[in-house]
Amino acid sequence: MYPSDRRYTKQHEWVRLEGDRGTIGITEYAQKQLGDVVYLELPEVGRKLEAHGSFGTVESVKAVSELFSPVAGEVVEVNSALVAKPETINSDPHGQAWMIKLRVTDPKAAAELLDAAAYQAYVGSEAK
Amino acid sequence: MEASTTTLRKTPLHAIHREMGAKMVPFGGWEMPVEYAGLIAEHMAVRQAAGLFDVSHMGELEVAGPGALAFLQRVTSNNVAKLADGQAQYSALPNPSGAPLDDVIVYRRGPERFMLVVNAGNIEKDFAWLRAQGPQGCEVTDKSEAYALLALQGPRAQDILQPLTPVDLAGVAYYHFADGEVDGHPATLARTGYTGEDGFEIFVAPDRAEAVWRRLIEAGKEKGLQPAGLGARDTLRLEAKMCLYGNDMDETTTLVEAGLGWIVSLDEAKGDFNGRGVLAEQKKTGAPRKLVGFEVTGRGIARHGYPVLLDGEAAGSVTSGSYAPYLQKNIGLCYLPAARSAAGTPVEIDVRGRNVAARVVPTPFYKRSK
Repeated sequence: MYPSDRRYTKQHEWVRLEGDRGTIGITEYAQKQLGDVVYLELPEVGRKLEAHGSFGTVESVKAVSELFSPVAGEVVEVNSALVAKPETINSDPHGQAWMIKLRVTDPKAAAELLDAAAYQAYVGSEAK
Repeated sequence: MEASTTTLRKTPLHAIHREMGAKMVPFGGWEMPVEYAGLIAEHMAVRQAAGLFDVSHMGELEVAGPGALAFLQRVTSNNVAKLADGQAQYSALPNPSGAPLDDVIVYRRGPERFMLVVNAGNIEKDFAWLRAQGPQGCEVTDKSEAYALLALQGPRAQDILQPLTPVDLAGVAYYHFADGEVDGHPATLARTGYTGEDGFEIFVAPDRAEAVWRRLIEAGKEKGLQPAGLGARDTLRLEAKMCLYGNDMDETTTLVEAGLGWIVSLDEAKGDFNGRGVLAEQKKTGAPRKLVGFEVTGRGIARHGYPVLLDGEAAGSVTSGSYAPYLQKNIGLCYLPAARSAAGTPVEIDVRGRNVAARVVPTPFYKRSK
């Protein structure tokens, strides 16, 4: 269920690397926990993010959740279509609902994050 | 993720909620379903078809005996003498300052027999308070364990329920109730609710709750009925501007401040009651502050506890706030000084350090067309 072309965090974000470009979003498990998403706040292009630093907020009807960047870098693109239609996070969290793209400071650092199998095992144990 | 559930109480429908895939949360000391398929879908089902809620956590206190009416007149805010058998009334248990210990529904089962439906988190408090008020010629009994309570709410509620009961539902008016059966199970059917829609609250014995729930879900499927959780219950009641005890009112807010002056009776027939002095004065000259509804006009969702600013100065906090699924707006309630509470008044909500524009609007936010 969790695509193997990316890495995951225990805060339920994913990052997909292509060279020094990192695309970031939240996981299927995260959207399920949130419930119906109704609001999204993302940073401006040009913002510099630290690894595990906050880059925005996602809100469902019932919950507010901060978003953390899996890796350090500079924001080069923001999914503004998603801000206008945040419910896409519920329907396609690993695809259309990408949130930001970074110029990643140190792409090798992503190797320390969870791979798909490890993340799957992690959420499997948390769900119990 | 959630606190240990070992100390939480479970309703007779707990296993069904699990079976139906509900997400369970602690609420008022109970483990309750917050949503099943999704909060927004459940909210819309109640507005457009019907939803079925388990509200068995609510408490039932019986007041019975020749002195029951006189006692209730003394401890509630509304005029209990207006009730006929089979009629219910929204009311409150005020303290001497005119602020509610709880908001309640009073059901008259007979001239000397009344039932109070009270909030889950307040059962013990209300029961102790009523006993301490010195009931004379009547007895107060906690019957909460004797009832499960299902709320069938929405424009199609009567369509769904009627084929299952011999009670003529068209003859049960708003805030009235009748004893009868649902699918052969003894039940009390009350035309009450907490969603802003037509609907019924169905009292059954705990060991009948599962059968009645399953039958209703099955019978309602074709008519758009969905099981609905406390999440949708909260957004539905907020759109209808129904107060949530502990958020929008508590022992520090008078009933008049909370906009509940209409359940405060100054009728001579009622006589004196707890808090009457304060409440009579506030009904006459107005309360210093008022619970108002606001709509967020900037970007952000106001939530319980967020500071409210008036002319840039702290003026209070959001008592209830949410995205409103039917209205597709961000709305909320807060207390404002009476002089600054008119519709149109601009306020700001401090959303985690960012001031977001909002303005006072007329309430209820949502009112169903008859």
